[in-house]
Amino acid sequence: MDAVLENSDEVIRAFGYTGLLFVISAVGSLLVGTLLAALRVGPVAVLRRAVATYVTLVRNTPLLVVLLFFRIAGPKVGLRFDFVDVQIAGYNFNNIFTACVVGLIFYTSSFVCEALRSGINAVPLGQAEAARAIGLTFGGSMREVILPQAFRAAWPPLTSVQIALLKNTTVAGAVGVFEAFARMRSLTNDYTTQLIPIFLVFAFFFVILVLLLSAASYAVERRWKVAR
Amino acid sequence: MSGSVLFDAPGPRTVARHRVYTFAAAAGIVALLAFVVWRLWAEGQLEYDDWEPFVTPRYITALLVDGVLTTLTMAAAAVAGAVVFGLVFGIGKISDRAPIRWVCFVVVEFFRAVPVLLLMILIFFAWGIDRGQTGAYWSVVGALVLYNGAVLAEVFRAGINALPRGQSEAAYALGLRKSQVVWIIQLPQAVKIMIPTIISQCVVALKDTSLGYAVASPGLTQVGRGIYQAFQNQVQTIIVIALLYIVMNLVLTAVATWVQRRFVGEKNPIDLTRAGNLDGGQNTGAAV
Repeated sequence: MDAVLENSDEVIRAFGYTGLLFVISAVGSLLVGTLLAALRVGPVAVLRRAVATYVTLVRNTPLLVVLLFFRIAGPKVGLRFDFVDVQIAGYNFNNIFTACVVGLIFYTSSFVCEALRSGINAVPLGQAEAARAIGLTFGGSMREVILPQAFRAAWPPLTSVQIALLKNTTVAGAVGVFEAFARMRSLTNDYTTQLIPIFLVFAFFFVILVLLLSAASYAVERRWKVAR
Repeated sequence: MSGSVLFDAPGPRTVARHRVYTFAAAAGIVALLAFVVWRLWAEGQLEYDDWEPFVTPRYITALLVDGVLTTLTMAAAAVAGAVVFGLVFGIGKISDRAPIRWVCFVVVEFFRAVPVLLLMILIFFAWGIDRGQTGAYWSVVGALVLYNGAVLAEVFRAGINALPRGQSEAAYALGLRKSQVVWIIQLPQAVKIMIPTIISQCVVALKDTSLGYAVASPGLTQVGRGIYQAFQNQVQTIIVIALLYIVMNLVLTAVATWVQRRFVGEKNPIDLTRAGNLDGGQNTGAAV
C-alpha cells in the first residue's frame, strides 16, 4: 500500500492517461464505427463488401498487433504522428499517445460497426413495411420507426464494446504510453515485496470504472426499455 | 436491395444512381489500395530482402512451430482451464445457498472487470519471473484462464437459464435433488447450445495470447519480435503475423459456425453479446 501512497501523484496521472485514452478512443470509435455501419448497410454493394472485409480482418487481429503496427511499422512507411506534440496540464500528447489512440480507434470501430449492424438487423422487416405502408417518407420511417428500435437493440453490445475498450487501453501501456498498466508494472518492479497490494489497488480502480460504465449503460437501457 | 429494413426496392432512377455510386466507390477503393502499395514501394518496403525471412525454411519453421503451434497450445490450455473455472463458478452462481452465490458472483465480476494484462503481470511477478520461458508461458495461460473463465461462468449460467423451466420442474417432480437436476438434466442440454459460444471464446483467448508480449512469453508475437529485431523489417513481419492470426481465427470461427449448424440450428438461443445483460446490466459478451 505504501508504494501506491508514496507515488499517488503518478498513479493518479496514470489513470488520467487511461481515462484520456478511453474517452478519445471511445468518441473516435463511435464516429468511425457509425460511418462504417452506414456504409455496411447502405445500398452500394461495393462499399458493403469493402467494410465487411475490413471488419473481418480487423476483428480477427489481436489488438497488440494493431498497436504494434501503428507504433513501429507505421513510421517506416511514412505514417508518423510527429506533428502531434502538445502538453496540456502536464499530460503529454506525443506521437506514441497518438499512435495508440489511432490504433484503438482503428480496432474498436470494427466492433462498433458490428454492434450497430446487429441492431439494425434486429428490427423486423414488417416494421419498415408498415412504416412505408402508412406513407412515411424515408426520413420519417428512419427517424420514427427504424432507428429508435435499432439503437435500443444495439445499445447493450455497444456498451460492452466500450467497456472492452476501457480494459484494452492497458495494451497501450505495453507499447509505450505510461497509463495505469505501465505504471503498475513499474511500481511492482520497484517494490517487489508489495506486489499484491499494488495489484489490488489498480484492479480496484478498474473494477470501479467498469462498474460505473455498466451501471450507466444499464440505467439508459432500462429508461428506454418500453419500446419492445 | 429488396427485403431490407432500411430501403424500399429501388426504382430505375435509383438503380442508375446506385450504379454511379458503385463506380465512384470502386474507384475510391482501388485508389486507396494503389496508394498503400505506392507508399510501400516508395519507402522500399517491397524489396525482396525484407520479405526473405518469410520464404526461408528456418524462419517458416520458427513461425509455424514456435509461433503458431505454441500460440495454439497456449490458447487451448487457457480455454480448457477456463471451461473448468467457468463450470465451477457458473454453477456456483445459481446455487441455492446465498453465500456461495455471493462469493461466485464477486469472483466472476472481479475477473471480468480487471484487464488481462494486470492479471498477467501479477501472476508473472508473483510466480513466473524465476521460471524463465515456462514461467512466462503459464503466467499468460493463468491470466487467460481467470478472465475467460469468468466470461464463460456467465455464459454457463445464461445457458442453463435459457433452458425451458419445465425441464427442471419435471426433474424436481421426479424427486431429483438440486445437484442431480443441474448435472443430469440441465448441463447436458445447456452444453450443447454452449459449444459454439465456447469456441467463439477460443478466438478471444487466441487473440489475447499475444498479450504475452508484455512478459516476453513464447508465442507468435514473440517470434515476430525476434524476426523484426534481427532484420529491421517491422512492416513485413507485422503483416505476416497479422495474417497468421487472422487465418487461425477464421478457421476457428468456421468451426464454430459448423458446430452451431450441426448441433444447435441456425439461431443460437444464447445471444453471446447480450448474455450478461439479461439481469443486472453487466456485460460479458463482446469481451474482445
